[in-house]
Amino acid sequence: MDKHLSTPTPSSASPSVPALELRAIDKRFGSVHANRTVSFAVAPGSIHGLIGENGAGKSTLMNIVYGFHRADSGEIRVNGRSVEITSPQEAIAAGIGMVHQHFMLVENFTVLENVVLGVEGGALLAGGLARARTELERLARDYALDVPLDAVVSELPVGLQQRVEILKALYRGAQILILDEPTAVLTPQEADALFRMLRRLRDEGKSVVLVTHKLREIMAITDRVTVMRQGAIVAEVATATTSPRELAEKMVGRAVLLRVDKSLAQPGATLLAVRDLDVRDRLGVARVKGVSFDLRAGEIVGLAGVSGNGQSELLEALAGIRFPTRGSITLQNHDLIRERLDPRQRRALGLAHVPEDRLRMGVVANFSAEDNAILGYHDRATYNPGALLDRAAIRAACEGKMAAHDVRPPMPSLRISAFSGGNQQKLVLAREIDVDPRVLLIGQPTRGVDIGAIEFIHKKLVALRDAGKALLIVSVELDEILGLADRILVMNAGEIVGELLRADATEEKIGLMMAGIDSRAGFSPPTESGLKSALPQT
Amino acid sequence: METYTLIVLTLAATIRVATPLLLAAIAGMFSERSGVVDLGLEGKMLGAAFAAAAGSAATGSAWVGLGSGIATAVLLALLFAYATVTQRGNQVVAAMAINIMVAGLGPTLALAWFNLGGQTPQLDGPGQRFTSLVWPWANTAAEYPLPGLLYAQLLSGHNLIVYVTVALVPLSAWVLFRTRFGLRLRAVGESPQAVDTAGISVTGLRYQAILISGVLCGVAGTYLSTAASAGFTRDMTAGKGYLALAALIFGKWKPYPTLFACLLFAFTDALASRLQGVSLPLVGVIPVQAILALPYVLTVLLLAGFVGKATAPAAIGLPYSKEK
Repeated sequence: MDKHLSTPTPSSASPSVPALELRAIDKRFGSVHANRTVSFAVAPGSIHGLIGENGAGKSTLMNIVYGFHRADSGEIRVNGRSVEITSPQEAIAAGIGMVHQHFMLVENFTVLENVVLGVEGGALLAGGLARARTELERLARDYALDVPLDAVVSELPVGLQQRVEILKALYRGAQILILDEPTAVLTPQEADALFRMLRRLRDEGKSVVLVTHKLREIMAITDRVTVMRQGAIVAEVATATTSPRELAEKMVGRAVLLRVDKSLAQPGATLLAVRDLDVRDRLGVARVKGVSFDLRAGEIVGLAGVSGNGQSELLEALAGIRFPTRGSITLQNHDLIRERLDPRQRRALGLAHVPEDRLRMGVVANFSAEDNAILGYHDRATYNPGALLDRAAIRAACEGKMAAHDVRPPMPSLRISAFSGGNQQKLVLAREIDVDPRVLLIGQPTRGVDIGAIEFIHKKLVALRDAGKALLIVSVELDEILGLADRILVMNAGEIVGELLRADATEEKIGLMMAGIDSRAGFSPPTESGLKSALPQT
Repeated sequence: METYTLIVLTLAATIRVATPLLLAAIAGMFSERSGVVDLGLEGKMLGAAFAAAAGSAATGSAWVGLGSGIATAVLLALLFAYATVTQRGNQVVAAMAINIMVAGLGPTLALAWFNLGGQTPQLDGPGQRFTSLVWPWANTAAEYPLPGLLYAQLLSGHNLIVYVTVALVPLSAWVLFRTRFGLRLRAVGESPQAVDTAGISVTGLRYQAILISGVLCGVAGTYLSTAASAGFTRDMTAGKGYLALAALIFGKWKPYPTLFACLLFAFTDALASRLQGVSLPLVGVIPVQAILALPYVLTVLLLAGFVGKATAPAAIGLPYSKEK
């Protein structure tokens, strides 16, 4: 297995010895073959992309490099030297740092305490903290990584929390930095800032491995890219010589549509009208402030925003899970608020809801697929003719949904948690659209869903629009909003701060609105020409 | 007796009652700060109380009693740690199993060894108990009014364990907030993932925390059977382990507020014994049962309404495994 590198390293980087090299890494979890003799190398002073669908084995591979899992066989080399990595401690000692998708921070600790955790430099804290402060101030200067050292982490915005993670790795002397889906929680502008930071680290000679499923990011900042599918590496190329379409095909194993084909919307009558809606959370904090909009037949409205700016609360208020403190929601000549209609009554009026958090609100993880497929509609006569459930009808209905929505495997009795995220979502969507609703509220339509299923779900949503339904889509994926929506509402701090027709919308404009900056105020955004030119669409 | 004498004596009793509570509460603070719910305080204390009394009765030395008390509580703690940390068992179930096991095992062994109906022999030989240490001139000072009485009854006249316990409060605060071990301990209770990725062993830290809890529960149990009373009796902890846990929650898992909570609970207890048989104006004589229930009623009320928002360590009660 010495044929570890099929293509030469870029000439810009040191040619001979890779900073990190994996040779024939193999790993099984029970019957799942997560990594199949994976070999790849990261040149020093480069940004290397690792891309693949959910479950392709990227995270397993990186967890092996970071000592979280042990490979069944294979070799890890750092700067040409073979290293044995059995714990994060050893990975750190080998100069490997990792920024996890879910931050590994102690929320109620200060930034400083988080950074020194594990490298306190002595049994007593005082001396170590003082030394760390000096060192961190130096790192902050060198890499433009400013973070308030004495702030409590839970009070920092996610962009800064991510910086703390990067500082943690650098403070431990990391030469190789692995970032797992780093932009999932960032605004486009924050992501740009992160990319600038990564380029700077690369220019200082560090190596960066960027694990992501976003083609756009790969194209924007990586030097080379490795594509994984089903546990194996299917391609490794210089980024400059490839295209998003090619990478997507390699990831999925077949040609995919990155963009939904759709005609211009033909909006009809207003189906849902929202006026002056205020929503407060349990602590009495205003989450949604004076929101008004209409949803019309035959259009998809996208609700964009950095997560946590009131979109979730708005969606839940519309669905009837939360009760607004003020305002009206009109559907079919009923004021849902004044009449205090609960989610079931709203469903009866033709309002369907696919919740954002599938596992918490969309399905019961321990129930079978067929039981999940009737949740919320279980009292309909089809399933529940008398006192007892009609199991045969329930199974038949589920089989029908599975066939129509390509849910795999088509096994109604299987526990829903055994299905992949994409198949779960297809079943939830099937449940909500099979009752022929007028208005669909869809939170994060493709969260945790792989590219193949994304394509299917997007097509389905457009077909619903063309059938005259009104759709509201809440998504943190800006690409998704731009790809699907006919009209875009942007939320910031609980208010709708902007409304754009799709034709007028650019990522830049929406990003600024998401950040609460009014683009009309003459503010000139820090553009990333590389990022824009790499965009496959717009 | 004059009023202030009564007050001083009640306060002195408060300190004596508070000692095992505080020991157990600090024990719980270490394990709970590491993310492990410590309902087994009760069982560990009871086991230690039995072992200490048995050890002292067998050898005639309170120090041997202390040693066997600590050893027993540590063994129980190890058993608990193996079940909950190594095997990732349910912490509440494992702790309750230990509590029930000890409640039965103590009297059974006592019956087998001493044949005294489930008790240990009365500890009345010299050196079999931890007795009060009388400070210089305390007896003389007691003759004088308030300052003298305070010195004689509040400062002097307690046993060694009481003084050690008082010193434990600042010591544990220092360990928790000023040392590397404390930082890691607090981190592992909040986010074991963060600790693991920082290259520190979650298992190792939790074992250490549970062992500290074992040692302190051992001392607390020893205090009950060889200092506060003279021998082991069935169920002699009488819920003190749970009360200590309540004090810990009331004290928001912090040393000084926990000390305050223990003193408050102990004060109601001391007050209750003073009130027995006393006729109060308007009310008359309060039934003994009502008085004895007072500390527990207070506990429920405090925990229900007056604590404010007690934020437990975020990862408490959750066995840690790398897989999501």
